[in-house]
Amino acid sequence: MVQALDYLKETASQTAGPYVHIGLTPNFCGIGGVYDTDLGTTMVSERTLGERITVIGRVLDGTGTPLKDALVEIWQADAAGLYNSPSELRGAADPAFSGWGRCPTGGEDGVFRFETIKPGRVPFKDGRPMAPHITFWIVARGINVGLHTRMYFPDEAEANAADPLLLRVEHRHRVATLVATGSAPNYIFDIHLQGEKETVFLDI
Amino acid sequence: MSDGAKQKPETGAFFPRDRNWHAPALTPGYKTSVLRSPQKALLSLDGTISEITGPVFGHSMLGELDNDLIHNFAKPGESAIGERIIIHGRVLDERGRAVSGALLEFWQANAGGRYRHKKESYLAALDPNFGGCGRAITDEEGFYSFRTIKPGPYPWPNGVNDWRPAHIHFSVFGHGFAQRLITQMYFEGDPMIWKCPIVNTIADRRAIEQLIAPLDWANTIPMDARAYKFDIILRGRRSTLFENRMEGN
Ligand SMILES: [Fe+3]
Repeated sequence: MVQALDYLKETASQTAGPYVHIGLTPNFCGIGGVYDTDLGTTMVSERTLGERITVIGRVLDGTGTPLKDALVEIWQADAAGLYNSPSELRGAADPAFSGWGRCPTGGEDGVFRFETIKPGRVPFKDGRPMAPHITFWIVARGINVGLHTRMYFPDEAEANAADPLLLRVEHRHRVATLVATGSAPNYIFDIHLQGEKETVFLDI
Repeated sequence: MSDGAKQKPETGAFFPRDRNWHAPALTPGYKTSVLRSPQKALLSLDGTISEITGPVFGHSMLGELDNDLIHNFAKPGESAIGERIIIHGRVLDERGRAVSGALLEFWQANAGGRYRHKKESYLAALDPNFGGCGRAITDEEGFYSFRTIKPGPYPWPNGVNDWRPAHIHFSVFGHGFAQRLITQMYFEGDPMIWKCPIVNTIADRRAIEQLIAPLDWANTIPMDARAYKFDIILRGRRSTLFENRMEGN
């Protein structure tokens, strides 16, 4: 006999269902008075350092229809390329920037919108700089396990060309699914769950 | 934003997710997944600092009634209708280590199985004193608890006669964005669990059983509320001692 490897199993994911907004953005869906504000609504203040940007987009199903019951979260470095996280050991991030945002897709058009700042570059594991990017996480009815992906910037062609993650995309035309359109300060990032333009999702 | 994590910060990458333990993206028995499931392979990459890090929330953000769904939407002096219960448990990682400072957000239907939502069409009555959302943050040892009423089962348009077993939705933040998790908790002894197309998106029976909270008689409060225990396991991390680049540890 050998010793047992006594690791536990991760709790299995289940869909966020049609009413994820009740739990995560109650004010948005009309349940007022429980929380002062919905978490993750405001990412920047006057004191936040960095270039202001807006990211809008939609989450589209296999027919090209935008989801109106999805929830999108983003996570990113500050303008200097530092994360506001206990696991960030390279330095202290901008205290006026949490780096995390949350937005429901709702309304008539299913558009999500983040007012944030352009993130600085952060290193890959081997020290090579990654191109500036924003980490996305998408949940909705019909999505069994939350989807991870990244948004890169269209005006960073040189950095994108050397980005270690983008270089791993085997079918090169699919790199475009990870790069926003538009130009500073207004970027557009549509997420396609399926179909010809299916976004590259990550198992990270 | 971070009185939550007093443990020594960890910087190792996460254990890969066991995709056979989780539901696949495409599960035709749950019809909405058909058009919302990615069909191309995921791009696999060992975690980078962008996923190893994540937001941490401080206990100071919590309001007094955030973990009391019986009262957090009720008019003063009133309370939600239903079976009074306490849900409690620990958030651990796959190594069995407590995850302190983990933000948990929960939402559920009322005792009759009705959600407070404009798109909800079930004819069960709304409870004017029940909103259906709450949140808590784990303590130093990973413990959390909240008080609520037992949600009712409800029908939903999937098959002609599909019903959801009584359940509570959970959203969980660990310390890294790669640990982000949404799941659902079920109640011990409910025969409807095994009929549910959403439960059955998960193939491994043991993974389903891990979502079922046992009645915890020892922690039941006499003349007040029964207790159910629900532990949540988040992805574990490799030790940075094993990494090429030594940092921390
Ligand atoms: Fe539900």
